Amino acid sequence: MNTTTVNATKLAGFKLPQLSEVFNGTLVSGAIRLVALPLAGILAFLLLWSITAQNIDTSLGKFPGPAAVMEQFNSLYDEHQRSRNKEQAFYERQEKRNAERVAKDPNYEPKVRAYTGKETFLDQIITSLITVMSGFLLAVVIAIPLGIAIGLSKTLNSAINPIIQVFKPVSPLAWLPLVTMVVSALYATPDPIVAKSFLVSLITVTLCCLWPMVINTAVGVAGIDKDLINVSKVLRLPALRHVQKIVLPASVPMIFTGMRLSLGVAWMVLIAAEMLAQNPGLGKFVWDEFQNGSSNSLARIMAAVLVIGVIGFLLDRGMLVLQKLVSWDDSASQ
Amino acid sequence: MSVLLDISHIDMEFPTPKGPFTALRDVDLKISQGEFVSLIGHSGCGKSTVLNVVAGLYQATRGGVILNGKEVTEPGPERAVVFQNHSLLPWLSAYENVELAVKQVFGSSKSKAEMRQWIEYNLDLVHMSHAMHKRPGEISGGMKQRVGIARALAMQPKVLLMDEPFGALDALTRAHMQDSLMEIQAELNNTVIMITHDVDEAVLLSDRIVMMTNGPAATIGEILEVDLERPRHRLELADNPLYNQYRSKVLKFLHERHSKPDVPIKKSAQPKSSSQQAAANAKARNAQKEAVEDAA
Repeated sequence: MNTTTVNATKLAGFKLPQLSEVFNGTLVSGAIRLVALPLAGILAFLLLWSITAQNIDTSLGKFPGPAAVMEQFNSLYDEHQRSRNKEQAFYERQEKRNAERVAKDPNYEPKVRAYTGKETFLDQIITSLITVMSGFLLAVVIAIPLGIAIGLSKTLNSAINPIIQVFKPVSPLAWLPLVTMVVSALYATPDPIVAKSFLVSLITVTLCCLWPMVINTAVGVAGIDKDLINVSKVLRLPALRHVQKIVLPASVPMIFTGMRLSLGVAWMVLIAAEMLAQNPGLGKFVWDEFQNGSSNSLARIMAAVLVIGVIGFLLDRGMLVLQKLVSWDDSASQ
Repeated sequence: MSVLLDISHIDMEFPTPKGPFTALRDVDLKISQGEFVSLIGHSGCGKSTVLNVVAGLYQATRGGVILNGKEVTEPGPERAVVFQNHSLLPWLSAYENVELAVKQVFGSSKSKAEMRQWIEYNLDLVHMSHAMHKRPGEISGGMKQRVGIARALAMQPKVLLMDEPFGALDALTRAHMQDSLMEIQAELNNTVIMITHDVDEAVLLSDRIVMMTNGPAATIGEILEVDLERPRHRLELADNPLYNQYRSKVLKFLHERHSKPDVPIKKSAQPKSSSQQAAANAKARNAQKEAVEDAA
């Protein structure tokens, strides 16, 4: 900035921000912190990745770099589009055929067959998301009432605590064979509403979500300020109203901590369970590609890894947003 | 005057690993309708225990509390409590906090409009109408305590129990709150039991000051009738000889006859070198001075 402009601004009676202020100012430093630094980090990671990838030779060719993965993202999307077109064409053909047969013979009842093409990458993502959310919600429905009951009653806590402590450290994957067998034995209807594999994955996710939620809810409920409990006693709130008006809101922060913990673990476990049990989902996609062993496989697996990571991150953010919506304290402001 | 509340020879023992600990022994007090009684004593002397027994939050080991001819066995809204740290539900606004109490007590007897009016009336009584839709986190400590009082008053209690209601407030806010409380008391003629460790507060507000001895096995040491005209004004009272006489009586009880027993024990427990001793004495003197100033 030269002297004449400085004088001019002084004369005009207002001060332009000095260059140094702009750089030290909170606006700019905030922009640097929020945009520039993460961007620099990502760029450095991409650079490191592509350099390292070039130097790793596997039996399936070179380890895929960012460019190869990007290419596979495109090809996976194209595959998905092609598959959708095929599906549409299939249904159109079927409809046409059925219409023709009905025209010939009015008594003919048209049969509609579902398209049975291979699931695309996008289909697998959606399957995994539906599975993790259903398993998670089932766990919420079981764990929160149970946690509240345990938190409220010392007797119940003493009775159930050992069971929780023993089952908590068990990897849900250890349950997987048992769950598979039990579902096969009990869920044997000729016309199932949901696929068996879906049910197996769902129960595995539920088992994994259950414990952190039960424990956190119970701790939250047991730790409610004694004065608030006394308020409830003085008001003689009936049990149900006590839970609804005092216990539940007071333990919301802890309940959400449990929910966020569970969802994060559930997402990781689901992928592993899908790989292990060959249940539809992202895990199956990864395993299939691994077994497939084409020159593209590693790049496709890498693409899946990135997608798994991004979805896990988005799930956690989503929970945080939800927590902010229902929470009265500032435990969610991070 | 007829007795409204009879605290009848209560003993209170708490079980500890080393055997029962006697907190109260033979506390006996009769309180009439419309009376304002302060419980004063050193911290740990069991004032709060007495209040909690009256509230029904504790059960006396021996003896009992009789309200209007009926024994108190559990907590209830006819003995509303104003807690020391306001105890408002932080996720509800001031209005909703009072509403919770009003719905519980008058849910079947008042219409919705009547309840709303009653909530607003009580918030107005404590001068909180302007901030009634704010949450406890958004208002000051004094305002929170006002809402706590409004909540208790809204239950239309037979006895209002206050556990050091202004203890956590700064001196100016406290004075303001005391004036408000006297106004409300003059208007509603509530029966009040208030715990305090502030001598001025006790003399200013009370009809009777109940002075408790130090625990364990604390009991009522002395009862002082405060015979000052109402309405009372703190500035006029400052030069009133009778007021000062009451004050010094309470101070004497607290600081001469029942001073904190653990202070001299600590001093004699460990022999110290002369310089350390002098420092310790100075510290003790300061502490005592502070305690007196605290009380004053």
